[in-house]
Amino acid sequence: MLAFTLKRLGLAVLVTLTVSLLSFSLLFMSGDPASAIAGENASASDVDAIRALYGFDRPFLVQYGDWLTSALRGDFGQSYYFKMPVSELIADRLSITMLLGVCGISFALLTAVPLGVAAAMRPNTLIDRTALFISVMGQAMPSFWFGLVLIVIFSIRLNWLPPSGSNGWQNFIMPTVVLGYYAMPAIMRLTRAGMLEVLGADYIRTARAKGASEMRVMFKHALRNAVVPVVSLAAVQMGFMLGGSIVVESIFALHGAGYLAWESIARNDLPTVQALILIFSLFYIVFTFLSDLANAWLDPRIRVG
Amino acid sequence: MSDPILSVHDLTIDIPMGQGTMHAVRGIGFDLKRGETLCIVGESGSGKSLTSLAIMGLLPKNLKRAASRLEFARIDLQHQKPRQMRDLRGNRMAMIFQEPMTSLNPAYTIGDQLEEAYLLHNKTGRAEARARAVALLGKVGITAAESRLSQYPHQLSGGLRQRVMIAMALMCAPELIIADEPTTALDVTIQAQILRLLADLQREMNMAMILVTHDLGVVARIADKVAVMYAGEVVEQGTAQEIFRHPRHPYTRGLLRCIPVPGKTKPGEHLGSIPGIVPSLIGRMEGCAFRTRCDVAEAACASAVPERHTETGHAWRCIHENEGHENEGRVPA
Amino acid sequence: MARTIDTIAEEVRTPSPVALLRRRIFGHYGLVFGITVLLVIVLIALFAPLLAGHDPYAQDLAARMKPPFWMTGSDPDHILGTDHLGRDYLARLLYGARISLAIGAFAALISGIIGTAMGVAAGYFGGRIDLIVTFLINVRLAMPVVLVALAVVAVLGGSLQVVVCVLGLLLWDRFAVVMRSSVLQVRDLEYVNAAKAIGCSTRRIILSEIMPNIANNLIVVATLEMAHAILLEAALSFLGLGVQPPTPSWGIMISEGKQMMLFEPWVIAIPGIALFILVLAINLLGDGLRDVSAPENKG
Repeated sequence: MLAFTLKRLGLAVLVTLTVSLLSFSLLFMSGDPASAIAGENASASDVDAIRALYGFDRPFLVQYGDWLTSALRGDFGQSYYFKMPVSELIADRLSITMLLGVCGISFALLTAVPLGVAAAMRPNTLIDRTALFISVMGQAMPSFWFGLVLIVIFSIRLNWLPPSGSNGWQNFIMPTVVLGYYAMPAIMRLTRAGMLEVLGADYIRTARAKGASEMRVMFKHALRNAVVPVVSLAAVQMGFMLGGSIVVESIFALHGAGYLAWESIARNDLPTVQALILIFSLFYIVFTFLSDLANAWLDPRIRVG
Repeated sequence: MSDPILSVHDLTIDIPMGQGTMHAVRGIGFDLKRGETLCIVGESGSGKSLTSLAIMGLLPKNLKRAASRLEFARIDLQHQKPRQMRDLRGNRMAMIFQEPMTSLNPAYTIGDQLEEAYLLHNKTGRAEARARAVALLGKVGITAAESRLSQYPHQLSGGLRQRVMIAMALMCAPELIIADEPTTALDVTIQAQILRLLADLQREMNMAMILVTHDLGVVARIADKVAVMYAGEVVEQGTAQEIFRHPRHPYTRGLLRCIPVPGKTKPGEHLGSIPGIVPSLIGRMEGCAFRTRCDVAEAACASAVPERHTETGHAWRCIHENEGHENEGRVPA
Repeated sequence: MARTIDTIAEEVRTPSPVALLRRRIFGHYGLVFGITVLLVIVLIALFAPLLAGHDPYAQDLAARMKPPFWMTGSDPDHILGTDHLGRDYLARLLYGARISLAIGAFAALISGIIGTAMGVAAGYFGGRIDLIVTFLINVRLAMPVVLVALAVVAVLGGSLQVVVCVLGLLLWDRFAVVMRSSVLQVRDLEYVNAAKAIGCSTRRIILSEIMPNIANNLIVVATLEMAHAILLEAALSFLGLGVQPPTPSWGIMISEGKQMMLFEPWVIAIPGIALFILVLAINLLGDGLRDVSAPENKG
């Protein structure tokens, strides 16, 4: 287990470094970052001054090393637009995005797992078809459009929920549903497929032969084994969801990190964008790392080697 | 007291398939008393395992079971609610499966799974279940039982796992135990140990036992009664003595000819074999299913087959009496 | 005397493989629906100039926000009404199908080439190449697609070509994963070893022994990634950092309609439903192909 953890940790660190290099090089993709900051009407001497001020005249790798060592200390530089440290800017907004992510994945799991189990218990019946219908709908529905439809129905027509803002818990209901519904179909399908496979296993027959009730067979004996891959998928989906929060937050004007990312991209505020790409990647890396550990722990064949 | 604990009459099992119905088990029957061992013998696909699952009420839902009588301890199993069946399963009737490697849940410890078998049917504390588990593990010959409880299935060998499965089946001291080819997946040396263990426990706990096997050597050692199945039917049944000394059905004779006997079978001598293949069981069945492979078959075999029996209860399904054919000493040692 | 048994065997004789495949395809409602709808949309996109009857860019400020045919006050000249600049909504919708299909197809093509090359190399050669490819897949998965795509499009400027390239360069991960595991499954099969034994070149083994046997998986992934790319383009355009107005992208139509959705929900309903139906059709096609090529993994 220790060797496994270390190996997995090493991979996570390497991936993080590569992603950081890629997100840092974004700055240089447009060509000269100094003239981009200076704006179109700046004189050549202004651009030179900015180049010197930001250190763009140094070799690329030196700049990267500099940026990375600062980033490790939590310093992502100054936001071009807000003229304040990026780290402060992000710290403020991140809690909203994380809350949204936790709500979204909980919503997805709480709907997808029971639905997947029910569908597997009664394959090819009404409930199975309904579950399949819901998941097919979810995969084809653009989430930004789904969000708008919810706003039209629940905010404009019924006037039940606020269409935008991030003041109270009511603001989180629709974003949670939209984000959760995005992750739900995959989790539902995997739960159903996993349960169907596990339900054919010999140890399920053993549990029935002991006289265990169907509920006990399903939830104690089958789900426990079917849930292992679902944990991995949920972690991956959680990472994708945080990355996708940019769409949802912009629709509902929820002032989280995703919204900040959208604003910063539109304002060409590259240090903020770089930092956000790195942070969202880091979330994904940490979640998948933790889920691998959870998987190893859930499966005694790995845990007790 | 001489009431049978298990009474099966005219049991049929149908499997609906895309191309028609497969009549996997057709009108089989037997009675079993407390303390008796019935061995069901036959090739794979002859319906042995389905029969045992049908008794336990564990057939997959799409299979159809019917019988004129299916009673366990005078309880009509055909009219039990699912809840009542659960109270019987694992409690008064238990089952041991063929595949010890996959029959234990990989996610729980041996202890968890043993205790569960007890706690499902006894309203007692965990401690008592644990004590019972330790005692039974000892009984099935597992040393250091206490420490085994916290181990996971993947940490045990196949032989040990099957011992655990046996212990699990015995947790509630059942009156009937059904063992479905409990040793096929194990090494030959382990097979003998497990069978001896089962036979000893059966005698000690005075259980009725059904042992499904295709190993006639095993049958000869532990069976009181034998039922020979072929293509979903019991073609011959009787006491072990009768079946081995005076086999009446051509199929039983064929099976017995296939067994080498130490000291009598010469090295290099051709062992018997039964040519041909088992017929398809899909669609309407008529006549003797064995007739295509039988060396004494006649045209009449294609229509009805009479069931013949002696006063002692030795029964077989064949148009011939097949008297006088003594088995040439091929009772396996 | 074995006559009866023979007749039984005759009755249940299995149908020919072609008949089985045909039955599987046409017995699969999702697949039939997906193919039909997708074909219709492709035809609409091809013949958009003939069907639309209007120029999707032509503004008519005198005829703004005309409602569609099912509402009162509709103009028979504009069946689906007009937008806030008086452009014919049907024409924009039909031309929008071209944008979505083009982006989906080309993005899937680019990512398919990249991902397949990586996946096949990793699966076939294994060892260090596999290690590197697996690592690259991990890096790619860690990067937030929407965010990176938005940022890159913002830096390079939004045009159809840029969006296609960015999506193509981002969506190869699933191709690589699936192709890698598919190759691993067939790599050591007898016919591949036989080809090696008779001295076929690596190129020949990959192209004529391995690829044909994993092509069905490739097609399934391609359809799913096409749907993915279409959804992403719509999202990018909706956020204002994809294809730029006045191009009639469905995402832009929804984005422009957002201001009006308070009083005129149909302006977002029409392009949204079109997008939904297109993606649904492609997904059902992909799912159907998977079921038909491997009926045992339905689910």
